[in-house]
Amino acid sequence: MTESVKSPFNIQIGDELTWNVQPILHEIRHALRTLLETGNGSIIDLRSIPLAPGEEDTILDALGCGEVHAKLNALGPSEIYETRFSGVWMVTHYNAENDVISRFIEITRFPNILESQREDMTTSLDALEALLDTTPGSDKTETHAETNT
Amino acid sequence: MTKDLSPKDKTLGEALRSQGISRRSFLKFCAATASMMALPPAMIPTIAHALEKAKRPSVIWLSFQECTGCTESLTRAHAATVESLIFDSISLDYHHTLQAASGHAAEAAREAAMQEHKGKYLLVVDGSIPLGNPGYSTIAGISNVDMLIDTAKHAAAIISVGSCAAFGGIPNAKPNPTGAVAVSDIIKDKKIINVPGCPPIPVVITGVLTHFLTFGTIPELDHLGRPKVFYGQSIHDRCYRRPFYDKGLFAETFDDEGARLGWCLFKLGCKGPSTYNACATTKWNGGVSFPIEAGHPCIGCSEPNFWDGGGFYKALSMPTENISKTAVYTAAGAVAGAAAVGIMNRYTRGKADDTHEKATIDDLEK
Ligand code: SF4
Repeated sequence: MTESVKSPFNIQIGDELTWNVQPILHEIRHALRTLLETGNGSIIDLRSIPLAPGEEDTILDALGCGEVHAKLNALGPSEIYETRFSGVWMVTHYNAENDVISRFIEITRFPNILESQREDMTTSLDALEALLDTTPGSDKTETHAETNT
Repeated sequence: MTKDLSPKDKTLGEALRSQGISRRSFLKFCAATASMMALPPAMIPTIAHALEKAKRPSVIWLSFQECTGCTESLTRAHAATVESLIFDSISLDYHHTLQAASGHAAEAAREAAMQEHKGKYLLVVDGSIPLGNPGYSTIAGISNVDMLIDTAKHAAAIISVGSCAAFGGIPNAKPNPTGAVAVSDIIKDKKIINVPGCPPIPVVITGVLTHFLTFGTIPELDHLGRPKVFYGQSIHDRCYRRPFYDKGLFAETFDDEGARLGWCLFKLGCKGPSTYNACATTKWNGGVSFPIEAGHPCIGCSEPNFWDGGGFYKALSMPTENISKTAVYTAAGAVAGAAAVGIMNRYTRGKADDTHEKATIDDLEK
């Protein structure tokens, strides 16, 4: 999924049709400056922009790939990576059939979707407690731990 | 599309959690939903909050004079996970194509849903209604018009899916042998959301359902009753071939140099300037492409009377002035220019309607 799929219908010539690439890159530049100056992030929904065949690929190529790359398995896969521009992330959500269902450029320190969510942590705590309650000797372990703290 | 056996008063959030869907998955679903509803990504937390608390609305879906293309469009929607979640989050109490029951048992289900959810259910209609002779289209012996009036009476809102329900569509095309009309020609005392298209884009159908689910209100509509969020801009305004239009570069035939170079399809009959829909951004088949991207002009299927527009391949909307002069104006003010041409197209098409031009085999082969 890291490889962008080139459109088989790309019948355009040269760079003549890539007028959306520059404005989006400028928008990212402004958003990054805002993030640095105010701490406020931004999200660009690539599906809301009328892109010509090949333009999305050009944007992805221009942004490149950075140091962080994460994969989610949540209602189908998602791919999140930091582009070669720190603070500029590409977030792509797929459905169970690996079709792209949404693609965002997030200008943020860390995409929210990667954070552990409070509700999930609460469920996990319950699950962990249930697991320990049923583990022989768990009381002892807890007492020992509490004594040490 | 079996009915969920879980208690009907469960919220969507509760229903998803009981299926073991994590909060993170839910947020991903909300992000895709925001994108689908063409809402700004900043709305994702609001959508999450609203959907978390949303109750499953009862939906009654009536199919009249139609080809089932609209239902096909929806059930073949690409984003299976998101769409099925939306679909699972409604209680589809009657849909005679999808439900197992038929005849009187199906009608009993419709009547039960109407009783149980009086004033709260959503009524979705696809297909036009024949007024010429009620016998042209009946369901369990009930004429379409009687069933519509009966079911609309206590509906919270009505969604006309597809150009047939919204504007009469192909059954209404001249000479309209069945006397087909749109839902809005019969129901005058309810808010009707028109979701035209032949068929409509699947995510536009679910987007409207989701909007109701999320906000409990109907979206803002244009003068033809269409949600502005999807139908607020013309295809032409968002078409990636637009710079060619602005430069006056047009394909003259389907196999000339201009066609090969991806130039504007205006002279090949493109109805993009007078057609309001989301095809140019939402696209079709999982966002792969849309007709203009595949090299075919827009046929304007989400506009009223599109079938009587004088031929899909006729540039009936050709400005009378020199096209390159028009292009210079539009290049100077792209949006204003597009609007002006759009108005001109509507006017010209109106004239074509008056003169009752029919599409011929010659038109199709041009
Ligand atoms: S006329 Fe059609 S092909 Fe040309 S720019 Fe407008 S919508 Fe696109």
